[in-house]
Amino acid sequence: MLDWWLPENVSSFGGDIDWLFHLIYAITAITGILVFVALVAFLVMYRDRPGRRARYTHGNTTLEIVWTVVPSLILVILTFLSVPAWSKIKMSMPATDFVVEVNAKQFNWQVRYPGADGKFGTDDDKQFLDELHVPANKPIRVILKSQDVIHSFFVPSFRIKQDMVPGREIHAWFDASKPGKYEWPCAELCGFGHSGMKGWVYVHTPADYAKWAAENLTADGAAPAQEDKPKS
Amino acid sequence: MSAHSATAHGHADTHEHHDQGFFRTYIFSTDHKMIGRQFLFMGLAMMILGGLLALVVRWQLAWPETAIPGMSVFLPQTEGVLEPGQYNMAFTMHATIMIFFVVMPILAGGFGNFLIPLMIGARDMAFPLLNALSFWTAVPAAIIMLAGFFVEGGHAASGWTAYAPLSSVVQYTGVNWGQNLWCISLFILGISSMMGSINYITTVINMRAPGMSLFRMPLVIWSLFITAILLLLALPVLTSGVAMLLFDRWLGTSWFLPSGGGEPLLWQHLFWYFGHPEVYILILPAMGIASEILPVFSRKPIFGYHAMAFSMIAIAFLSWIVYGHHMFVSGMSPALGMAFMVSTMIIAVPSAIKTFNWLGTLWGGRITFPVPMLNALAFVSMFVIGGLSGIFMASTPVDIYIQDTYFIVAHIHYVVFGGSIFAAFAGIYYWFPKMFGRQMNTVLGHLHFWPTFVFFNLTFFPMHIIGVGGQMRRIYNPLQYEFLHSQQHWNVIITIGAIGLGIAQIPFFINFIASIWAGKKAPANPWNATTLEWSAPSPPPHLNWGATLPTVYRGPYEYSVPEESADFSPQSQPGRAPAGGRRH
Repeated sequence: MLDWWLPENVSSFGGDIDWLFHLIYAITAITGILVFVALVAFLVMYRDRPGRRARYTHGNTTLEIVWTVVPSLILVILTFLSVPAWSKIKMSMPATDFVVEVNAKQFNWQVRYPGADGKFGTDDDKQFLDELHVPANKPIRVILKSQDVIHSFFVPSFRIKQDMVPGREIHAWFDASKPGKYEWPCAELCGFGHSGMKGWVYVHTPADYAKWAAENLTADGAAPAQEDKPKS
Repeated sequence: MSAHSATAHGHADTHEHHDQGFFRTYIFSTDHKMIGRQFLFMGLAMMILGGLLALVVRWQLAWPETAIPGMSVFLPQTEGVLEPGQYNMAFTMHATIMIFFVVMPILAGGFGNFLIPLMIGARDMAFPLLNALSFWTAVPAAIIMLAGFFVEGGHAASGWTAYAPLSSVVQYTGVNWGQNLWCISLFILGISSMMGSINYITTVINMRAPGMSLFRMPLVIWSLFITAILLLLALPVLTSGVAMLLFDRWLGTSWFLPSGGGEPLLWQHLFWYFGHPEVYILILPAMGIASEILPVFSRKPIFGYHAMAFSMIAIAFLSWIVYGHHMFVSGMSPALGMAFMVSTMIIAVPSAIKTFNWLGTLWGGRITFPVPMLNALAFVSMFVIGGLSGIFMASTPVDIYIQDTYFIVAHIHYVVFGGSIFAAFAGIYYWFPKMFGRQMNTVLGHLHFWPTFVFFNLTFFPMHIIGVGGQMRRIYNPLQYEFLHSQQHWNVIITIGAIGLGIAQIPFFINFIASIWAGKKAPANPWNATTLEWSAPSPPPHLNWGATLPTVYRGPYEYSVPEESADFSPQSQPGRAPAGGRRH
């Protein structure tokens, strides 16, 4: 209840989103309650009773100005408060050496690591299906692509969502503070298999991640073979 | 009760003088009132289908992959269990039908046609033949849309938004003719809408009765006038868009296909450039209807008439520059996202102004609660929730999380069902006596309203909760996701609400159909209202008034005028002060 039904957040910008969410929650709840109290009060107070005539008025300019200016101010302030989080999440990219490519197709996530040479499109690239392994507390840059229709990269606990558009290469980032296993659904209708198109993001401690990478990402590692290599 | 009817001479001039035979009176009629009723019938009939499709969707979400009662007839292979492709088809067609074939025909087609000439004091629309053509173009559009259910591969299953390339390449959904017919139907409907909107605009500008200045027009006429302008400018963009989609599917063009140099986001820009004004096309007439009904049953002038009219004009202008808020995470430039956030926040202001003015109308009134008023009050209160929940999406960072979740589904239903449909019910109960010359039954009206109001909230309010919990829209089975297991009980509650909501519509349909023949005869002005339609007989004859058209002397909401004995002063009745209508 205290989180107002939001799932656990483990990303750094997720806190910014949740803060704004709670702020808007408070603003809309107060506004809503005031409007409903006024509405119900008026319906009760001014219900038809014998011998009383309705007030003859066409309005009040002062009131019109007040209820135009006050909501405008609140909304302008809300806009300004939303700008920093938006630029942090979508308009800037923290410096990081961790880059991974996710290429969506009906109905899987194809995850590609650049391998030891740090470059995509070389022979030592390593591919995984529907699983993404990342270290905790490190900005992760994801290159989002799609082979067929529009998909959407969504990890509820990271508060990240970004559509993946065929023909485009969209860069996004996230980080995760808490090691664990997080569900990773597709959020954009992508065909009859849309429901159930999902993977898991494994967040490891730095030590565990180094161990996993040594086992799976080095040249001789036992990366699982993939059925079709995505074109770069 | 009709003592103030200004057209006593009109009673003698009944439709016998204009008898045009069964075909010209009931089928290919050019009478705006018959065309309005035809649109209304079409919308209500399609509402049954759209509602049943929603129940199919809801059953699947509450009790995934179990047999739906009664569906084994349609799905014999699976004994009534819905498959994922069929599920996608069900929600796609639920939305398509409800938006294009229920809310638009009822509000713009039905009320627009019926009310505009009657409320501005005209004998008919400016172009009666074009008006009939508009309806008889909408009919084949509906038939083609329905035919899609019977073609191989099933109906369109790419969502009502039909995002390319899912919608533009057959192999991605396996749907061939279903999606083609979807495009063709909407293309034809676009032409129908264009004919209607040109007619509305011309009629309002040119055909107003003597004395009916623009700022003496009832607000519902303002709303329909502005809606017609939006329709005229927005629908052709969709019409072009679906034509391009069809070219991609048939002629091998690649407007939306990157492999041929196209751009998938172009579809979204075209679609939402239409789609956001469309949202206001659905809600503006509803706002207009509420603005008619609240003063009548508060016995008060509308509060802030000019603010009400100008806020609708503001909405109409702003509605063109907010559409990008549907695309914050689409891959569109984030800088553009910021600009759309600003305009989206601003468009909330005129809606707030309208809400406060409705409250102001109730303040100090002498309020009664007949069924039209209950539905109008439901509209106001549900629209408040739908408007407030929109602020979450306007804030771009919050939208990152709630985009494509059930929070959006909750929001759209609070606006389009809680808003538009409640207002449509309010309007039907209110103008039914004028449309059919008989009253609807009050007991059945209450039996319809109260369960609808309760079950509406039981259905749609918890959608906010599961949306915040992360449940994506358009998924077939929430239990495929571990993080959604703990909130599955809400899906069951929502579906029970939806079934209740469906059952609650039965008294309405019984009431509507039975009252046409068996309702109590209605006088010309059963609600003691002031606007011009109530000065014509119920139902008004062909050409609406007798030899002379009414002259307008006042504003539309002169209730409880001091020093006048009646608590309502019709627009066609000369006032004491000669310039009575100009004083607000």
